[in-house]
Amino acid sequence: MLLELKNIVKKYYIGTENELEILKNVSLSVRKGEFVAIVGPSGSGKSTFMNMIGALDKPTSGEYFLNGNPVHKMDDDELSEIRNREIGFVFQNFNLIPRSSALKNVALPMLYAGISKSKRMARAKDLLGLVGMGERAGHQPNELSGGQKQRVAIARALANDPAILLADEPTGALDSKTGDMIMELFLKINREEGKTIVLITHSEKLASQSGRVVAVSDGKITNQ
Amino acid sequence: MLLENLGLALESLRANKMRAMLTMLGIIIGISSVIAILSIGNSLTNGLSSEVGSLGASTVYVSLTAKTSSGSTADVLSVPRINDQDLLSEDLINQFAETYSENVKAISLNQNVADGTAREGKRYANMSIVGVNTGYGMANEVELVKGRFINDKDVVGVKSVGVISDKAAKNLYGNEDPLLKEAKVYTQKGVRSYTIVGVYKSKETPGASSMANEKDSSTSVYIPLSTASQETGTKGYSSFAAIAADQKVSLLGEKIDKFFGANYRNEKWEIKTINMESELESIIKMLGMASMAVGVIAGISLVVGGVGVMNIMLVSVTERTREIGARKALGAKRSHIRAQFVIESVILSLAGGVIGITLGVAIASLFAMFAKQTLSLDIRQIAMCVAFSMAIGIFFGYYPANKASKLDPIEALRYE
Ligand SMILES: Nc1ncnc2c1ncn2[C@@H]1O[C@H](COP(=O)(O)OP(=O)(O)OP(=O)(O)O)[C@@H](O)[C@H]1O
Ligand SMILES: [Mg+2]
Repeated sequence: MLLELKNIVKKYYIGTENELEILKNVSLSVRKGEFVAIVGPSGSGKSTFMNMIGALDKPTSGEYFLNGNPVHKMDDDELSEIRNREIGFVFQNFNLIPRSSALKNVALPMLYAGISKSKRMARAKDLLGLVGMGERAGHQPNELSGGQKQRVAIARALANDPAILLADEPTGALDSKTGDMIMELFLKINREEGKTIVLITHSEKLASQSGRVVAVSDGKITNQ
Repeated sequence: MLLENLGLALESLRANKMRAMLTMLGIIIGISSVIAILSIGNSLTNGLSSEVGSLGASTVYVSLTAKTSSGSTADVLSVPRINDQDLLSEDLINQFAETYSENVKAISLNQNVADGTAREGKRYANMSIVGVNTGYGMANEVELVKGRFINDKDVVGVKSVGVISDKAAKNLYGNEDPLLKEAKVYTQKGVRSYTIVGVYKSKETPGASSMANEKDSSTSVYIPLSTASQETGTKGYSSFAAIAADQKVSLLGEKIDKFFGANYRNEKWEIKTINMESELESIIKMLGMASMAVGVIAGISLVVGGVGVMNIMLVSVTERTREIGARKALGAKRSHIRAQFVIESVILSLAGGVIGITLGVAIASLFAMFAKQTLSLDIRQIAMCVAFSMAIGIFFGYYPANKASKLDPIEALRYE
């Protein structure tokens, strides 16, 4: 298993009157090369779960192994390192670094990984080519359309050749046509590069294109 | 990594030019005043040393001062008049010079006679008549351009000869040779006539040259001391100067104090010696104190500037919370984020420092220009200012940077 979450519980306001249990004993395994879509109503805990998978958050209890690494036991800097090497994030609102060119954005995770400048730039260029943004390498985020930004963000997520690509509603801020094109890109990356992808979406159509749908409801997985 | 951070920092400063400028203001003011004061201090000290050197670093100036009757300040305001019998007699001064002949190279005596105007046809020159002995020329470093200075023969012979300034010579005779001409000086007491035996170079007094009536400014005509005393009827002196042999000024000062302390006894008056060496020391000390005061003010403005840097960095961190979240999601460690913001704050304060140094140097050169001093910059002081402004950046940038580095990535990403 590439990814193994066991009995994950996430609570907020622990020990107070309004203690909230957002994830209620969730378990999920993902094999290498899978394309998983997470669906569910708003507020059901999808993003919370995704953050857990992305090593941005630590569970209140439960275990999480990513590529054999015990993520639930890691400290801050170790989590940074695992995010850097094993995880590629794509956000709904892109989160590109402002005033930094597409090329530099894509190269950024490699900078944090300590890769030399020439290698960074070469790979960043290749990746921009892969997502069809080769022509826009020098452009800054505010000079790009939503769809273009998301392409750059996907290229950036692939920078350190991570074990898994995570996308939280990557088409949420795009019109349906652009969204379809972004979905196409994800499918292509999954198909051609064999990249494992976990993606949250509200669109049943997009979910149906994935290999496997995981439904979340009220902090629990209702079907796998 | 460092290079990337430098680029980032410059980028973010460029994006907020106005804000960066305002933030740097405190540091600019602080550093520029430090540099200006240090440089002005340097120039003044250098200027004073050379000026005092030319004034006769080996000269001890002796004068009579009123004895201060224990603690009453009123005496300082109402200086009593010196009566003739209180003056230092020429005999006493000569006696001193003989007793300590190995310490004294020369004694300079002078006596003011009167102010007047020399006339030659329609031409004129304002003059004050000053009786001098031979030592006067040496003590005051009178520089001759023509002829000779008053010598012992003139004094012994009570001759009616005079040495005038080049300025007066030009006013009176134009390009004609003034030597051996008779200068007629009209004073309130009547007309005096002196045979011109020498012309000296008048000293530049800073600021005076800009006066509109430069032509009318008065210069001295030096005549033999004996001729002068005949005129005034006095043979005593309220002041004189002694030139030390082998430049041992302090030693000569001590001898003068000793000799006149024992031989000049007076109820109201006592002698006071000044030598430029000790004067200079006290001037430099005062300058040092002034520098210190300005230093304190500059220090305060640097602290204020530093707090400004800290404040703006905190604002910057808040503004860029989402960016920090994104960076963390992409794998930035705490140290990466911290370095990014510390470097930004160092660049900010360093830029302030560099602008401040430039401004300070400009102020100092302006001062040097007006005060007719040579600008003297100390590269070590400038290096210190550069280092100091960097230190401010690190010190005041660390807290915001550390705060940024500790942000929770999820909360940062969700920040609106
Ligand atoms: N830091 C937090 N403190 C308290 N409650 C939180 C926090 N983060 C999330 N929650 C709560 O957890 C629940 C799940 O939120 P989450 O963002 O995971 O939902 P979601 O399934 O992604 O919804 P959506 O489809 O609208 O994005 C919500 O009720 C939310 O209010
Ligand atoms: Mg969500």
